[in-house]
Amino acid sequence: MHELTYAQAINEGIREEMRRNPKTMVLGEDVGKYGGVFGVTRGLFDEFGGARVRDCPLNEAAIVSFAIGLAIQGRPTIAELEFMDFTTFAMDSITNQAPKLRYFWGGQVSVPLTVRTPIAAGLGFGTQHSQSLEAWLVHVPGLKVVMPSTAYDAKGLIKTAILDPNPVVFAESIALYATKGQIPDEEYLIPFGKAEIKRNGDDVTVVALGLMVPKALKAAEELAQRGMEIEVIDPRTLAPLDIETIVASVKKTGRLVIAHVASKTGGIGAEIAQQVVERAFDSLDGPPVRVAAPDVPIAASAQLEGAIIPDVAAIVKACLSFRNTRA
Amino acid sequence: MTLSAEQQIEALRRMWQIRFFEEAAIRLYGEGRYRGSTHPYIAQEATALGVCAALKPADQVLATYRGHGAAIAKGADARGMMAELLGKATGMCKGKGGSMHMSQTDVGFLGCNAIVAGHIAIAGGVALAQQLDGTSAVTVAFFGDGASCEGVFYETLNMATLWKLPLLFVVENNEYAISTHVSESISVPDIALRAQGFGLPGVTVDGRDFYAVYDAAAEAVARARRGDGPTLLEAKTVRWGRHSAVAAGPGGANVDKWKLTDPIPRFRQELLQRGVVGEAQAIEIEQSAKAVIDDAVAFAIASPYPELTELYTDIYA
Repeated sequence: MHELTYAQAINEGIREEMRRNPKTMVLGEDVGKYGGVFGVTRGLFDEFGGARVRDCPLNEAAIVSFAIGLAIQGRPTIAELEFMDFTTFAMDSITNQAPKLRYFWGGQVSVPLTVRTPIAAGLGFGTQHSQSLEAWLVHVPGLKVVMPSTAYDAKGLIKTAILDPNPVVFAESIALYATKGQIPDEEYLIPFGKAEIKRNGDDVTVVALGLMVPKALKAAEELAQRGMEIEVIDPRTLAPLDIETIVASVKKTGRLVIAHVASKTGGIGAEIAQQVVERAFDSLDGPPVRVAAPDVPIAASAQLEGAIIPDVAAIVKACLSFRNTRA
Repeated sequence: MTLSAEQQIEALRRMWQIRFFEEAAIRLYGEGRYRGSTHPYIAQEATALGVCAALKPADQVLATYRGHGAAIAKGADARGMMAELLGKATGMCKGKGGSMHMSQTDVGFLGCNAIVAGHIAIAGGVALAQQLDGTSAVTVAFFGDGASCEGVFYETLNMATLWKLPLLFVVENNEYAISTHVSESISVPDIALRAQGFGLPGVTVDGRDFYAVYDAAAEAVARARRGDGPTLLEAKTVRWGRHSAVAAGPGGANVDKWKLTDPIPRFRQELLQRGVVGEAQAIEIEQSAKAVIDDAVAFAIASPYPELTELYTDIYA
């Protein structure tokens, strides 16, 4: 085992895949000599050279579409967009092109594309650098959407993303970049569509995404002190979504909380809640509860942003709201 | 760079195939045999053939929703195309793409794209792959005057020039973006002038003149194969009719102009004058092209529709 940060774990995963396949490429702004605006691609330029780790002009649309062009020519490509908010400039590439080419060309090509993009929520970057836009992407058939919460998961999932012959959006959490984890020395992959139960409990099922996973685990400790045991599930991939694991947990607990950083309306929480209602309505003690940002743009001020990004207390409160629903 | 007699004859044959394909597409639409729309390439045939005559099988072509011409020019199968148009299981994309998404990768036709200009940056990536592969293959992106206004075109011009990619930008200036005339949408008289700001060659030719297009394309392709980078080639042409089979707006915006300068009779006449073909052979070429398209129509009509299970295939590899 060795210890890596979440950012270093992604770096190690990319490095291993670039060693495995000499055709694998990285495209993005500042990804080469500079090593990425958050250092995630540090050292790749030195090992693999500027032809494979390419610094690009500020062209989000072209960066992703160039990556698509490389991908359909047999070169698995990782495109980095520096903040998830910047995916907006590349939305045609991400939603109309990458996930559709194979389908509307009747299977003639595959698109081994990974779009890495971090979410900066909770760090005071203001509203154009802090959004969690994963729900937009999950809505597009043909895209896979990944959101890791630990260093271990990040490495195993980025490797799976790069090896996947389909387009994947890999949504990282900048607030987690410095968190550390133990990484096995031997190679491992984490399959898509396989949630992980991060903590077992019988009282409430808490499905947490990305940055909310460590917060849910802290909430679990607080709640345990008060006699409530929550089960924390990290879906890890939102498309495909491992709804079976979530439903099995809800059948045990009868109570569901979904926690995400993204704003509430139209968020993934609504989709997960509805899927559970469709499959396990009779098991539910009450309506699923969403812990999410309010429907406001994300303010920069620490005081204001602190009231927007859901915290541990919000998860605790949501779980305690079920306290009197069952004898 | 001179073309053999066989290459010139093949170019005329495919120009006729495009013309008859598009006439059939309009007729079949009128008969209600398919839905959606179709965007005829009629009157622009000399551009697709002039460019593709300069290409080899390993070269790649990407085109727009007005892309049936580029498909046939690059060697796509007429039966597969017509069946695709009619949404049949035997279509080149199994009926999932339709008029605006035809593709045949095994002949180097990386497809039509229905987001205007969306394919141009993808073409940049394809050209980058070719450069990295170290072959002398090149990529061509066909697009219209309307697409030349989209931002991603300029992003790609910059990156392709910066990286000296083997890419040929072919802007087919047919003067209209649906209803908007170039005089109301483009700030320069020739779109090729845009190249000056990006540091690549910009060339404007008469897109209805096969030889003019070929000469310019051959030079640009040779430049790209040498590793000297991309060229912006503007082919001035006309749009024969409306934007699409269903679009409102100016009908036959350029129809009078087109009748005077129809590129196919013009090319045919030049072949006769140059002694490449005789009158009897010229007639045979036209008739055999018609037969290819008639056969494609019969094949497409007789073909079955896709099974509903096809809905869920080809989404993921």
